Amino acid sequence: MSPRVGVVLFPGSNCEQDMIEAMGLVGAEPEILWHGDATTKGVDAVIVPGGFAHGDYLRPGAIARFSPIMGAVSEFAAAGGPVVGICNGFQVLTEAGLLPGALQKNAGLKFVCSMVELRVESTDSVLTRAAESGAVLRVPINHFEGNYTCDADTLAQLREQDRIVLRYVENPNGSVDDIAGICNEARNVVGLMPHPERATSELLGSIDGLPLLRSILG
Amino acid sequence: MIFSVQVEVRLRPGIADPQGSTIERAIPTLGVAGVSGVRVGKCIRFEIDAADEASARASVEDLCQRFLTNPVIEDSFIELAPGAAS
Repeated sequence: MSPRVGVVLFPGSNCEQDMIEAMGLVGAEPEILWHGDATTKGVDAVIVPGGFAHGDYLRPGAIARFSPIMGAVSEFAAAGGPVVGICNGFQVLTEAGLLPGALQKNAGLKFVCSMVELRVESTDSVLTRAAESGAVLRVPINHFEGNYTCDADTLAQLREQDRIVLRYVENPNGSVDDIAGICNEARNVVGLMPHPERATSELLGSIDGLPLLRSILG
Repeated sequence: MIFSVQVEVRLRPGIADPQGSTIERAIPTLGVAGVSGVRVGKCIRFEIDAADEASARASVEDLCQRFLTNPVIEDSFIELAPGAAS
């Protein structure tokens, strides 16, 4: 049976259909999880997609954590279930306390929308376990607030515990230590700014997102 | 007892502020010289019903810490006065 993957839909999400399409490509059975339902419906993995959840009111991700679904996502994560937040989804996971740090406005004061190169720094996470260590992946980014920051202790801990799973080859947004994606201590919650679901076909200019999306399926 | 509250949310020193920088760059085009250090924050106003000023302040501080600011990148400055906002 195909693994069931739940894609969370908040008011203002806008990458959920791309994600549904992409997860279907790698053999998953994707379905939408409405933010107002306090259940993950028994899925095998949860993805929090990009967009502007709740209009990014107050701060990106700040209101999303009050949606009933987020309690269920936190429980799912605490039980070891794979949870991946992409772009706005990464912001939601940091605001919900599932990942440390915060995403501030890009250095250089620019919205960035381009193809970038990512280096796989650790294959020990639910997003990178099917990727090759050290591989360079071409995946697009599309954000204004993707400049990852955290306090010095947190950064030291992320490095020490090998929790920086993806780094930019060329830093596009000022993220500390070139961080593109991190995982939690249990390695089952990952957040990243780049969009692997937009690198799933030669027609889109890259298929390098596929190993990342396959990783989510275990 | 009702207290009116004003919370100013500021980006912490060192955190990039594109809005502030853009405003600062625009000001000289109006012929006004000498403006520097422009930072844009948020102002959140509300009223709170609490037993006394100390407990009102404690609630507001808790709200700031857990919701109104992201302490990784923002600081909050609280002003609190007895009575409803006019």
